[in-house]
Amino acid sequence: MDNQKLFVSSHAPYWHNGSSLSAKSYNIMLAALPAVIMGISQYGAPALGVIGLSVSVAMITELIMNVLMKRQVSIGNCNAAVIGLLFAMMLPAATPWWAVLTGAVVAIVLGKEVFGGTGANPFNPVLVAIALLMLSWQGIMNFDEALANYDLGFIMNYPLATLKYFGVSAASEFSAFDLLMGRQSGGIGATFGLGLIIGGIYLILRGMIRWEVSVSFLAGIFVTALLFNAADPEKYATPIFHLLTGYTLIGAFFLATEDSSSPVNLVPMLIYGVGAGFLTVLIRNIGAFVDGVVFAILLMNVASPLLDKIRPKAFGKGIEHA
Amino acid sequence: MIKRPFFSFGKPGLRYSTANEIDQDVREIAISEKITLLLKTKGGDQGISPIAKGKKVKTGERLALTLGKRGSLTSTATGKVVDVSPFTGYAGQSYLSLVIETEKQDIWDDTFKKILDEKGPAEAFSLIESLPGIADLTPFANPENKLKTIIISGFDGDLLTVTNQFIVKTETGPLAEGVKYLKKISGADRIILAVPPSLGAEAAGIEAEVKVIGPAYPNALPSLLIESATGVRTLPGMDLGKVGIGVISAEAVAALGNLFAQGTTPLYKVLTVIDKNERLAIIRARIGTPAKEILAALNIETGQGDRLVFGGPMFGQAVYSEEMPVQADTDAIMIQDSAQIVPSSGDPCINCGECVRACPANVPVNMLIRYLENGLYDEAARDYDLFSCIECGICGYVCEMRIPIFHYIMLGKHEIALTEALEESNG
Repeated sequence: MDNQKLFVSSHAPYWHNGSSLSAKSYNIMLAALPAVIMGISQYGAPALGVIGLSVSVAMITELIMNVLMKRQVSIGNCNAAVIGLLFAMMLPAATPWWAVLTGAVVAIVLGKEVFGGTGANPFNPVLVAIALLMLSWQGIMNFDEALANYDLGFIMNYPLATLKYFGVSAASEFSAFDLLMGRQSGGIGATFGLGLIIGGIYLILRGMIRWEVSVSFLAGIFVTALLFNAADPEKYATPIFHLLTGYTLIGAFFLATEDSSSPVNLVPMLIYGVGAGFLTVLIRNIGAFVDGVVFAILLMNVASPLLDKIRPKAFGKGIEHA
Repeated sequence: MIKRPFFSFGKPGLRYSTANEIDQDVREIAISEKITLLLKTKGGDQGISPIAKGKKVKTGERLALTLGKRGSLTSTATGKVVDVSPFTGYAGQSYLSLVIETEKQDIWDDTFKKILDEKGPAEAFSLIESLPGIADLTPFANPENKLKTIIISGFDGDLLTVTNQFIVKTETGPLAEGVKYLKKISGADRIILAVPPSLGAEAAGIEAEVKVIGPAYPNALPSLLIESATGVRTLPGMDLGKVGIGVISAEAVAALGNLFAQGTTPLYKVLTVIDKNERLAIIRARIGTPAKEILAALNIETGQGDRLVFGGPMFGQAVYSEEMPVQADTDAIMIQDSAQIVPSSGDPCINCGECVRACPANVPVNMLIRYLENGLYDEAARDYDLFSCIECGICGYVCEMRIPIFHYIMLGKHEIALTEALEESNG
């Protein structure tokens, strides 16, 4: 060959639509910002501290695991940062540093790295860490106890705890508008309903999360809560209350939609979402825990690979191929 | 390159280039000093050729490249054979390559015309194995297995490629003539011409059933084309002759029309050249012309790290050298600047499901890729529909982790084919 010009040779396709995991991570963090900023403005420096610590510990842990497991350094795709951020958003602002540190390490190590890293986790890593904190140190995840020293000018009782221990009449003191506008106690970035909804809609429109999961999750909660409420309005709260309290909205738009642990086909996504919504209300109304989102989504995560077996018939299936 | 729009939550919505792009004049590329003709061979034929170096050939001369009954091609220039050697192409496909040093003046070989005049079209046609637009014509004139339906594609399978649309628009006469001969030679009852909506008027004058196909990618891929035209489901790699269906490009049919009308074999291939800015040029070049000559004639500069693709952006084949010649079935040549190339990665799948929802064949790509990455080809074929893939490349186009999914799929199919061939030979 008389010229030494080398061409890049590779297999088709030669076009790519430009999407990437890092772009998705940045967008998820961007979408979470309204709720995060609201949390920081309400709780001040402690909230910022929890978020900063959680994100940095998550990223450093990922880096350490990359080195230990002799794998490509993957903090650049910011998946660890997203996990750290979402984890912090679910914590009360007064969480002690060691609990943040433990949770962030657990999320990265037990939540995803032991399974093989990003994409291989059967559970949502954030929820693994939250579940561990809930089961290990009850006081930390008990918002009424953790936020006892805060008075932000609205009812500082955790709405779902109020519902569980004082009944529907006590819970009816919370107006839906206050709940929507973040005037409720709870996780740093989990209380500002409007912000979470705006972030969620942004992610759906950009195709970063799947609307099927979010919508079916909310529908599952709504319908189940409606049935309970219709059966006994004295005992069970209205569907709107369930939609706007606890981890419902952050769950619908940021947790249930996690790629690796959720199904990809249409029908499975709907079953997964509705199932998680149903279990959430079931746990809240008749279960032992105040909020059911964490365990409901974790349980549906387990079912996800099985659900994904329900899929449309492939093209030309049954034809002898060659 | 079509990027994902800012707001997007459906399928990628790729569309074929139509109407406007084909509204241009064709540019003819001058004959190059050397042309290279390639003939596909099966393993046994490799390296055995009765053609010796130094042989003088005439334009239009039938060159029997192998010792077998079939295995010939037509010289597209007059000159001297300077090299005959084996060549390995995509997925290990073996070829014989024949290099001819050309002379400026064509001296025509009249064997074809003689036989056509003396013995009629059927006899003359048996001398021809390929035409511009089709590499292997044999299934269309196989007396042992007559085709019932022939689909003429007035549509190119890949994006940005407008060669066949251009033929339907500009060579309607030869195309209409070709359809008549095609009917005669093949004995098929149904001839269906598939065209995009913009070419409905041109197609109406041709003696064939016209099927208008929407210009959404990948509607013009053979499997989908056959299904929308006849309702029969077929898969890539299948022997279409067994179901009595043949797919041929409009260019090949027009070439067939010219072949009989003029009594000489067509030498020129029409192709779409896609430059670095994705502007399309339609050119005519002799089969065997190196890509380098075409790029030079269009003032397209290439540099280190660029990518040269024979075919379009979705399923063309990247080649490593500008010396690669235009073949009978090269419908497009695309050159990509090094800055436009999105490299593939070795990252694992994150199960986002973009590929699954974009796949036109409902293949569970997210599961399939896990098996293929680990070399579990049989499981991939048995449980995850490897062979349902219609080879459109959309999975790789949308993959967030930039996994070379299409490459893995083709590798899987290739490996299984190798194993099956081995099992067969062992009885």
